[in-house]
Amino acid sequence: MLDSSPKPLVSVRDLKMHFPIHAGLLRRRVGEVKAVDGVSFDVMEGETLGLVGESGCGKSTCGRAVLRLYDITSGAIMIDGEDIGDSTQAQLRTKRPTMQMVFQDPQASLNPRMTVEAIIKEPLDEHTKLTEAEKREKVGELMDAVGLNRQFAKRYPQAFSGGQRQRIGIARALALNPKFIVCDEPIAALDVSIQAQVVNLLEDLQQQFGLTYLFISHDLSMVRHIATRVAVMYLGKIVELAPREALYAEPLHPYTKALLSAVPEPDPSLARASERIILQGDVPSPANPPQGCNFCTRCPAVMDICKTTEPEYKEVRPGRFTACHLYENKTNTAG
Amino acid sequence: MPDGALPVLDVQNLKTVFQTRSGEVHAVNDVSFSLRPGELLGVVGESGSGKSVTMMSLLGLLPSPPADVRGGSVMFDNKDLLHVDAETLRAVRGGKIGFVFQDPMTSLNPVFNVGMQIMEPLRKHMGMNKKQAAARAQELLELVGIPDAKRRLADYPHQFSGGMRQRVMIAIALACDPQVLIADEPTTALDVTIQAQILELMKELRTKLGMAVIWITHDLGVIAGIADRVMVMYGGQVVEHAPVHDLFTDPQHPYTRALLKTIPSITGARAARLTVIEGQPPILKDAPAACPFRNRCDVAFDRCATENPPRYDLGAGHDAACFFDARTGAPRNA
Repeated sequence: MLDSSPKPLVSVRDLKMHFPIHAGLLRRRVGEVKAVDGVSFDVMEGETLGLVGESGCGKSTCGRAVLRLYDITSGAIMIDGEDIGDSTQAQLRTKRPTMQMVFQDPQASLNPRMTVEAIIKEPLDEHTKLTEAEKREKVGELMDAVGLNRQFAKRYPQAFSGGQRQRIGIARALALNPKFIVCDEPIAALDVSIQAQVVNLLEDLQQQFGLTYLFISHDLSMVRHIATRVAVMYLGKIVELAPREALYAEPLHPYTKALLSAVPEPDPSLARASERIILQGDVPSPANPPQGCNFCTRCPAVMDICKTTEPEYKEVRPGRFTACHLYENKTNTAG
Repeated sequence: MPDGALPVLDVQNLKTVFQTRSGEVHAVNDVSFSLRPGELLGVVGESGSGKSVTMMSLLGLLPSPPADVRGGSVMFDNKDLLHVDAETLRAVRGGKIGFVFQDPMTSLNPVFNVGMQIMEPLRKHMGMNKKQAAARAQELLELVGIPDAKRRLADYPHQFSGGMRQRVMIAIALACDPQVLIADEPTTALDVTIQAQILELMKELRTKLGMAVIWITHDLGVIAGIADRVMVMYGGQVVEHAPVHDLFTDPQHPYTRALLKTIPSITGARAARLTVIEGQPPILKDAPAACPFRNRCDVAFDRCATENPPRYDLGAGHDAACFFDARTGAPRNA
């Protein structure tokens, strides 16, 4: 952010990921789950873009779609100057070393029959022509970088604790010197005292290797700590995107306001004094989103227009994007 | 929360050990606490700290083997729940003591409609007939804020969302007007906006029904908002216990202090770097002969490795199991 002209490493434009719903004897297509429905954002070089939202809002699908772990429905994804929106799997393979992923569940994302060394070495086997000795040396360096003892290289994942397993996952993601890493809820499965260790590690590695992160999380306080800018998703769409401080100090979209006010503060006097916005009801199904604005069924500031017309996602103040009718006419006056 | 009122539940020196293939695991060590009528006791700790096992032990909910509740007493209603027959225990469970589990997806039976499941304790414990139970079930659903309660009684769990299912679980736990409600991470599986709904509901219900609640969570934010008193657990032991304001403003155990520092806030100043508690939680292989936190502690000294600190009374209902006196900045004499 200190850079006067940060340039985007990743540009996503109107990304859609719809999953078909099949039903009946003939498994006919009867509809679709619009998990990600027209999402646009940039991730600047060296920054951490936080992507927050509640479960089912499409944030993980979005992260996976950006890395083309799915065949996307439509949209453009520019990573490091190349559009991978409609690349074939073979083309993607050559591109994989620049973009990696750290998964949520370190238990499920590590093969229990492979040693730590084999797990971290696998990407090197696939994508490089290093000799065995060079690979082993590289694995050692990676283990040092993520704070794992080299002597444990021959052990299996189950011999490690949750936090250590997440470090293994991070070492594997780093093996090919990527530029861009999608972290999909990397700390959600960890205990509070271990979360801080992993977050600090991710920050150190970012400094050391100049990494760019898309950090997906439902933990708003952790995102405030790690992210440079934050995007808030609701029902398949980004409702607000803003620099971290601005978003937390003055959220614009009514959903962001409600979401932030719902986070319990670890301070008894604050927690009891603060006026909570309690949203009514549940998130609608992404297979059958409401007419107009997706949030209109739960919005405390709902107007007539919200139930008929979808608000446009646009920059309402410098660097601040939102999709809400409340800010429709203020584009030119504000900021 | 009148001080000195007779506790509804009084637990002394509870010990639970699991027999595993690789030896014993001392999951709960000498845990003592009491619950006064109408108060909300928060229990905080990380996974493996023994908070759930403690509560399950109280009600004999752990399968034995592998679990073995080795000692202590659990006084409720003038009876020691560790030494009553299965019949009496069954009458207490779901009757006078209600239990809300963490995961609303797996703790409801998918093949019975919600009405049946709310009516079950009513018919078993309260001896109601079908008609009375159905009427009461509808009342309960309305109480926990489920709209169109009468029609919803015939619905199955999969027709409810996560937050709604947790409301149903709470309705079941409340069915027989319990004196004590034990809620084990009841909002952990829920999203923040839904969690806020459930916390609000819980506050409302407590004022309405006046029951005592034990609320287990790992989220200090949740505790700050609802608890009267807080018990912090680590390594199967109670390390600190205090009224909620004291715990947050004047934490006396190094673990509590460190824990409070590791969580980032969404308001206030943003730390450049998160404070870390180095190391891992202990593996509870042996009965503790030393402080379980000593390897991660920043004020540990030689005594911590040879003795397990007792809970020192610090006045005003505050106690901490630590040989180091944070108020004087020196080791305790006793």
